[in-house]
Amino acid sequence: MSKAIDLNAAPVLSVENLALRFKGAPANIIDGISFAVRPGETLCIVGESGCGKSVTALSLMGLLPRSVAQVMSGTAMFGDHDLLELSQRAMADLRGNTISMIFQEPMTSLNPSYRIGDQIAEVVLRHKSVTRAEARQRALQMLDRVKIPAASSRLDDYPHELSGGMRQRVMIAMALANDPAVLIADEPTTALDVTIQAQIIDLIEELQKETGTALVMITHDLGVVAEIADRVCVMYAGHMVEDGPVEAIFDDPQHPYTIGLMSSVPSVGPRSGRLAAIGGMVPAIDNMPSGCRFTPRCPFAQTNCAVSQPPLDELGPSHRAACHYAPLETVFPEAVFQEAGS
Amino acid sequence: MRPPTRDRIIETRALTKRFTSSKGLFGRSVSVSAVNDVSLDIRRGETFSIVGESGCGKSTLARLLVRLLPASEGAVLYEGNDISSLSEPEMRRLRKDLQFVFQDPFSSLNPRMTVGALIEEPMKVHTSLSRKERRLKVADLLTKVGLRAAFANRYPHEFSGGQRQRIGIARALASGPKVIVGDEPVSALDVSVQAQVINLLEDLKAEFDLTLVLIAHDLAVIRHMSDRIAVMYLGEIVELAPNDPLYDKPLHPYTQALMRAIPIASPHGRSMDVSLTGDVPSPLAPPSGCRFHPRCPHATSLCGTEKPALAEAADARMVACHHWEKIAENSQGSVREPPRSENAEKRFALFRERSQRQEPVTAATETQIKLSERSHNNA
Repeated sequence: MSKAIDLNAAPVLSVENLALRFKGAPANIIDGISFAVRPGETLCIVGESGCGKSVTALSLMGLLPRSVAQVMSGTAMFGDHDLLELSQRAMADLRGNTISMIFQEPMTSLNPSYRIGDQIAEVVLRHKSVTRAEARQRALQMLDRVKIPAASSRLDDYPHELSGGMRQRVMIAMALANDPAVLIADEPTTALDVTIQAQIIDLIEELQKETGTALVMITHDLGVVAEIADRVCVMYAGHMVEDGPVEAIFDDPQHPYTIGLMSSVPSVGPRSGRLAAIGGMVPAIDNMPSGCRFTPRCPFAQTNCAVSQPPLDELGPSHRAACHYAPLETVFPEAVFQEAGS
Repeated sequence: MRPPTRDRIIETRALTKRFTSSKGLFGRSVSVSAVNDVSLDIRRGETFSIVGESGCGKSTLARLLVRLLPASEGAVLYEGNDISSLSEPEMRRLRKDLQFVFQDPFSSLNPRMTVGALIEEPMKVHTSLSRKERRLKVADLLTKVGLRAAFANRYPHEFSGGQRQRIGIARALASGPKVIVGDEPVSALDVSVQAQVINLLEDLKAEFDLTLVLIAHDLAVIRHMSDRIAVMYLGEIVELAPNDPLYDKPLHPYTQALMRAIPIASPHGRSMDVSLTGDVPSPLAPPSGCRFHPRCPHATSLCGTEKPALAEAADARMVACHHWEKIAENSQGSVREPPRSENAEKRFALFRERSQRQEPVTAATETQIKLSERSHNNA
C-alpha cells in the first residue's frame, strides 16, 4: 500500500541509544535501542517474548517507575521534550493527549466498572478545556469513527457487554480521542481472532491515514508486520539486531536471528518441508551471553561473536544489521552452492 | 465384534454437546449447544485438524473425542466401539490409547510433582513396568522430546513454556498412545520455540505411529501440519477437506473469509481483506437456518430458513452451504504467498543447512550419550 509519507519530514519521535536496567539486575534489559518515526509512518518492533519490546514502549510512555527501571543512557525526543527526562506531571499531560498507547488485552485495560462512553470522555476532559457534554459528544464521534455499530446506544455499555474486537475498538477510540501525534500499539491484535484482527488492522490503517498519526506497533507476528509496517526494527534479548524498510527486512534479511525467525514461521502456502527452528531458547536476564546475545543459538556463530558485540552496520539504504558476518553468503559460501545444486 | 482392519480410528455420529446455565436465582436455564450434530471420521495415522475462531466449539469437540466431556447426544466410536457407553474402569483402560496435550503448559502440569513423577504417572496406571523400567523410560522419553534425562528430578516451574510443553508431550506419550489430541499445543509458544515443538510433534508422530488430532486457530500452523482439516463455525462443521484443496480453493464462504483474513508474511502480498464484518453471534441464540447467514455475503432467503447439510462436494470434500457450487465459480479465497526474494531464499537455505548440521549437539543427544555410558557401566 502506498502511503503518503514525507521522507524528509522531521521525525515526531526519535529514540537514540536507549538503555534501561531493572534495579538489581546484572545486565541492561534493553540496550542501544534507536529508532525514529515520522508523521504517518508505521514502525513495527518485532521480537519474541522477553526481547524488551514492551519494556521499550512502557518506558517511552513513562509507565515504568524510574525507581525500578533506571535509564542507563539515551534520549527519546518527542518534539522539544526528552520523554526520559520529563517529570511525572509533565508526562501525564502528554500521555493520552499527544502520545498514547493501546494494549494487548482490552479487557484488562478498560475499567470494568465505568461505562465506555465515560471512559473515553475522561481522556478528553483531562486534556482539553471542554464541557462534559462536549466530551461525551467527542466520545460518541470516536465510537462512530472506530465503526462501532449503533454507537449512541453503546455509549452507556460496560466493557463486559462488548466482544473482544469491540473492546479493542473502544481502546483505539480512547487512544485517538485527542488526535495524538504518536500512537504506540503493543500487540493490539494478538488476543483477537484472525477475522477480527483483519478488521482492527484495517481500522488502524484507515484512521492513521486520516490523522497522520505516527504508529509504533509492537508485535511478534510477521504477517501483521508485512501487512502494516513501513519500517521494521527487529529486537532480540534487549538488543536491536536489524532495522530497515519493510521490503528490505523481508527481501534482504541480514541478521541470523531475523533469518531464523522468518524461516521458523510456517507458510500459508504449500508445505515446503520441515520448519527451520532456532535451537535453544531466549536467554534470561541474569544469564545474558556476552558479545552478540544471539551467539549461543546462532548456527553461524564464531568465536569472536561471544567476545565483541557487533555494531549496527549499514548494509543497504537505511537498512542496518548487527552481525559480524553479514551478508552471510559472502562468509559461508560453500553451503549455498550445495543448497543451490540440490 | 470389531470389524476387521478399519482405516477409521475415531468416528463421531451426530455428536452434540449442550451446556446449561441457569440464569439468575429463579431464572430458567439456558442451554447452549457448543457442538451441534457433528459427524466426522479420523483416519488412522493422519493429522486431522479442527480450525475455527474462539467460541466455535473446537476445544469442546476435542474433549468429546476422548471423553474428557460426556456427549449430550450422538456417539464417539474409537476403533469401531462406542466409547460414550463405556463404564469408568473401561474408559480408564482406553485412556492408554487416547491422550491429550493441553494448550497452557503452565496450568496443565501439577506444580508439586517432579517432572519424572509427572511422566511416570501414566505408566503406573497403564503399564506393568517395574519401577526401574519406568525410570529408564522416563529418561528415554525426556530425551525423545529434546530434554535432558537429569531434568526428571526438577519441578515444572523451573522450565520455560516450550520446555513445559515438551514435558506435557512426554507425559502424553508415556502410556504408549495411539491417538494424541492437542488443544492448541503450540499457540502459547514463541515463534522460534513453536517451530521446535511442531517439528517434535511431527517426528514423534512418525516414530510412534500416532494419529494426531490438532485444534488450532493459526491457519499457517494448520497448513503446515495437517492432512485433513475441518472448519467449524458456531458449533458446526461448515467444511471438511484435505489440506491443499482447502487452501487452494475454499468452498464455504466462511472458510473463504478466514483465508482472506490471514496476514501474509510478505510486504508484496498486502492482500489481507476485511470480508467479514461483525462478530460471531452468541451461541445462546444461534441464527436460524445456516448459522453463518447473517454474516455471509452470499446469503439468500433460503439460508435464513433452511440449514444446509454437510454434503459431499468434489474430491473427497464436504461442505455445508446451499450455494457452494455457485460461489465456487468465482472463489476468491485462495491463499497465495508471493515468492520470496532470491536473497531471502538463499539465506533461509543457509540457515536451515547450518542449523541442521548443528542439531546433533543438542541436549537430546547429550543425554543419549550419558545414558549409553550408564548402561555401559551397568553392564
